Amino acid sequence: MSVKEIFESMDYGPAPESAKEALAWLEAKGGIAGPWVGGKRGELRADMESRNPATGERLAGLTKCTEAEVNAAVKAARKAQPGWEKLGGHGRAKVLYAIARGMQKQSRLLAVMESLDNGKPIRESRDIDVPLAIRHFYHHAGAAQLFDSEMAGRAPHGVCGQIIPWNFPLLMLAWKIAPALAAGNTVVLKPAEYTSLSAMVFAEICAEAGVPPGVVNLVTGDGETGQALVAAEVDKIAFTGSTEVGRRIREATAGRNIPLTLELGGKSAYIVFDDADIDSAIEGLVDAIWFNQGQVCCAGSRLLVHEAIAEDFHARLKRRMDGLRIGDPLDKCIDVGAIVDPVQLQTIRTLVEGNTAGKTYHAACPLPATGAFYPPTLITGLSPSDPLMQEEIFGPVLVSTTFRTPAEAVELANNTRYGLAATLWTENVNLALDMAPKLAAGVIWVNATNLFDAAAPFGGIRESGFGREGGPEGMRAYTKPAKLAAAPKEQKAFEGDGAPEGGIDRTAKLYIGGKQVRPDGGYSRAVHGPKGALLGHASLANRKDLRNAVEAMNAARGWGKATGHLRAQILYYIAENLSARAEEFAARLNALQGGHKGADEVEASVRRLFTYAAHADRYDGRAAGVPLRGVALAMKAPTGNIAALAPAATPLLGLVSLMAPAIAMGSRVTLVASEPFPLAAMDFYQVLETSDVPAGVVNILTGDHAELAPSFASHMDVDAVWSFSDPALAAGIEKASAGNLKRTWVTQRDFTTPDGEGEDFLEAATEVKTIWIPYGE
Amino acid sequence: MDTTHDTRAPAAQNGGQSQLPQVQEHLPRNPGMPLDVDWVASVQANTSAIERRAATLPGRRSVKKEFQAAWLCKAVSLIDLTTLAGDDTDGRVRRLCAKARQPVSPQILAALGMEGLTTGAVCVYHDMVETAVDALKGTNIPVAAVSTGFPAGLSPFRLRIAEIGESVSAGAAEIDIVISRRHVLTQNWQALYDEMAEMRAACGDAHVKAILATGELGTLRNVARASLVCMMAGADFIKTSTGKEGVNATLPVSLTMIRAIRAYEARTGVKVGYKPAGGISKAKDSLTYLALMKDELGDRWLQPDLFRFGASSLLGDIERQLEHYVTGAYSASWRHGMA
Repeated sequence: MSVKEIFESMDYGPAPESAKEALAWLEAKGGIAGPWVGGKRGELRADMESRNPATGERLAGLTKCTEAEVNAAVKAARKAQPGWEKLGGHGRAKVLYAIARGMQKQSRLLAVMESLDNGKPIRESRDIDVPLAIRHFYHHAGAAQLFDSEMAGRAPHGVCGQIIPWNFPLLMLAWKIAPALAAGNTVVLKPAEYTSLSAMVFAEICAEAGVPPGVVNLVTGDGETGQALVAAEVDKIAFTGSTEVGRRIREATAGRNIPLTLELGGKSAYIVFDDADIDSAIEGLVDAIWFNQGQVCCAGSRLLVHEAIAEDFHARLKRRMDGLRIGDPLDKCIDVGAIVDPVQLQTIRTLVEGNTAGKTYHAACPLPATGAFYPPTLITGLSPSDPLMQEEIFGPVLVSTTFRTPAEAVELANNTRYGLAATLWTENVNLALDMAPKLAAGVIWVNATNLFDAAAPFGGIRESGFGREGGPEGMRAYTKPAKLAAAPKEQKAFEGDGAPEGGIDRTAKLYIGGKQVRPDGGYSRAVHGPKGALLGHASLANRKDLRNAVEAMNAARGWGKATGHLRAQILYYIAENLSARAEEFAARLNALQGGHKGADEVEASVRRLFTYAAHADRYDGRAAGVPLRGVALAMKAPTGNIAALAPAATPLLGLVSLMAPAIAMGSRVTLVASEPFPLAAMDFYQVLETSDVPAGVVNILTGDHAELAPSFASHMDVDAVWSFSDPALAAGIEKASAGNLKRTWVTQRDFTTPDGEGEDFLEAATEVKTIWIPYGE
Repeated sequence: MDTTHDTRAPAAQNGGQSQLPQVQEHLPRNPGMPLDVDWVASVQANTSAIERRAATLPGRRSVKKEFQAAWLCKAVSLIDLTTLAGDDTDGRVRRLCAKARQPVSPQILAALGMEGLTTGAVCVYHDMVETAVDALKGTNIPVAAVSTGFPAGLSPFRLRIAEIGESVSAGAAEIDIVISRRHVLTQNWQALYDEMAEMRAACGDAHVKAILATGELGTLRNVARASLVCMMAGADFIKTSTGKEGVNATLPVSLTMIRAIRAYEARTGVKVGYKPAGGISKAKDSLTYLALMKDELGDRWLQPDLFRFGASSLLGDIERQLEHYVTGAYSASWRHGMA
């Protein structure tokens, strides 16, 4: 075209970023992406191949690492770990800083490689993925530097197995590797089979940055390689990917005492109120669902728009969609690139074509004739019961429905199995700040969307997984307590055939919904003292009692809204009432367990109640220092419904040590009392009854832990299961928890020591909810 | 010189007052509409979101090689080449007009196949209108006059109205009026509407550009609302700035104003023009603005009857980029004739 013709047409024309350098780099490295172990390239085999989704052309071969290769990588990481940890915070900080610098020096190569391999627009890899990845290493250089002070009493897990998805290959690599290394872990990371190339560039950067051999190891391959890594002898697993695979990892690691972080799928709500800046909200949608072709776990894929503005909103949105430019990911003038693989493209097509509800609108923008492209799509008029309102499409497809009131918006937004992110648009600060805590999601964006930063925790609830990445919250996930006192040995119930001592018979019942209730099954078991005396009977709860307890917790949701001050007052009141009956409790504890430590245990329980009363209005969130005019508030929201199995030993202290952090943080709890020594808990509910604890906030069951634990773990309305009971319960609890991917915490502690309280407990009783509030007028 | 290039329809004679020159399709003028205060009050502008969108614009769009050259020529054709200084003289204005007729050296234009390219208009104070009209005789280039007590707009109202009439009589085809910022700051939309409507009437057949002086309006919401009110009152163009405020044309302000233009078109079917003024001095910036207009409003807004740059130093940078395109060597400012 001549200049004059273009002067008339005013077309954009091609603006391609050159792929030459990246392709030459691949060729110079043998044309195969393969393992990087012990600071060296492993054996390169073209078992598979990596293709450019925009053209279908082969970019490189890909080695599918075998189980033996994965184990060798874990071994290399194991060998390198002690030295890396001993290098100290400053030593590790220098290396992380050098990685960040090295990435900056290769920023264009990384960006081009990412777009070639993944199909995302070069603008995104250049302006978003790569800078965020670099920032992650800078931020975590700081985390390493301050590790000894900020993470006092914490130690690295050891070797971390990390598996990342194909949608943000380099950024997810950074999210995984930077905090792990900062804490003194070594890693074996598996990139996604579609997108392993930028990790190869990263490996070289590590070598040049002075990362000691074995500290960072990469294994390439597909799902089988990932399975081998999950099965390998690692000390921690972090996974980002689909909910389906996350569930399998949860099951595969059940009972292996492996801490997990899972960042999974989503169907995040994008709520637009009638007073919003509509054009800005529409532009936000471009960043929400047409960013990275909608292949974003936290994509705002579910539009909820106020009924009063819906028609206008959809009309303007369609016009905006028509203006999107789809095409060659390396073109600097396109908005939407290629779907990562033809397989994924087919999945999107199948989902959209299978939908018969609502009205489907495909953007009127031209698509390239070849390659894996899908047009930006809007489906309006759907109902929550339509499958596409519930299923994650993971493509450039937005589904939409309307709401009438803020309360209805909350209901619709939370009507999902997922809980990763939510976006809301309103010019009303009252509405925004009222809505944010009510939305069931780990990340909330107010008048913005898809904002990320290394200092702000990111992660989900429900089937979007658990654990946070970014900030000190993310760092904690890569650490464990440096030292724990040995937990008391398991104890069995005493047996006997003695007769009761004098007095009127007292019937120990279950405590559910603020009432003493008889067990559904109608069974009890005799509880004997160490010398065989009959101390009383404890009810045997079954799964129906458990169900009732969960219903009671649901009815007590309002507790989460009680002020920290009020929760503290109630905890103090419990302590006061327990203290008033100290002698009686001490005698009961001595009778149950033998010995004379009952009084000490009561005193320790009172102290513990005080401790968490103190935390109730003190364990606060923080404002993360994100590079934005605005704040990112990392709030501590209640975890929700917690089921906690108390330890056998110290039956009162153990019970109180689980109850107090849970209710101090606004969660509700159902406690299963010490299996051998249940009666102290039954006395304790009388204390609760006199302490203004609202009905359902605390429920207490007695019974067989092995029978109750899996039922709790599989209950879809339980948000977390803690077990300090028999370690043998771990496998059953963790496996059953995969159903709704609830958080589990299975461990043993000596509750008579400081190990029995503190931040681990508070963290378990809360969910970090990051609320981004940009501002400016 | 050849003043009619084939890409452009015959235009009104300079000094006439019927229409803007240089466009293929003759658009009806904005007839205005009754003031709709509810609509005005419902308009929101979220500053941080608008700023984020504006910040990513330059990274989202890129034009290269012959496309860039063509786009830069387009930018030249959209410039209101401006001098608004207290020391303006006849000589200075004639020099500016000569530059408007020949904005880029004939050799470069010949190499580009863009002979006959001129700027969109020349913009001067009232006292310079006659000189400019004379200097531009025989071209299609209209003369725009800033008016109504420019830049503060605080002279007696009847004098401001009278000033418009005098400029039109002197041959100005376009009048750039300034609004009373106080009407916006006190949200007296009726007063703003009445003022604008009266000024529009005073312009007669001359087109009227409403300068909002956005740097003095305090918030983007005010910018959005003032934009709407001025369009309701019949403005043919809305324009950011006088060039004399502390902050002049910015991308966030532009995005806010052109969204208002889009909303007005959606409601009334009438296309209103946009003129960012002040602060646009780099060729690359002009490309970003063109992309902004193209993406947000459509290709129709890339013609001089709907889009102008109020600029003076921008042209020099574009000339250098065009020479670079033609020769492959980076250019120097002294190689190009000054205004």
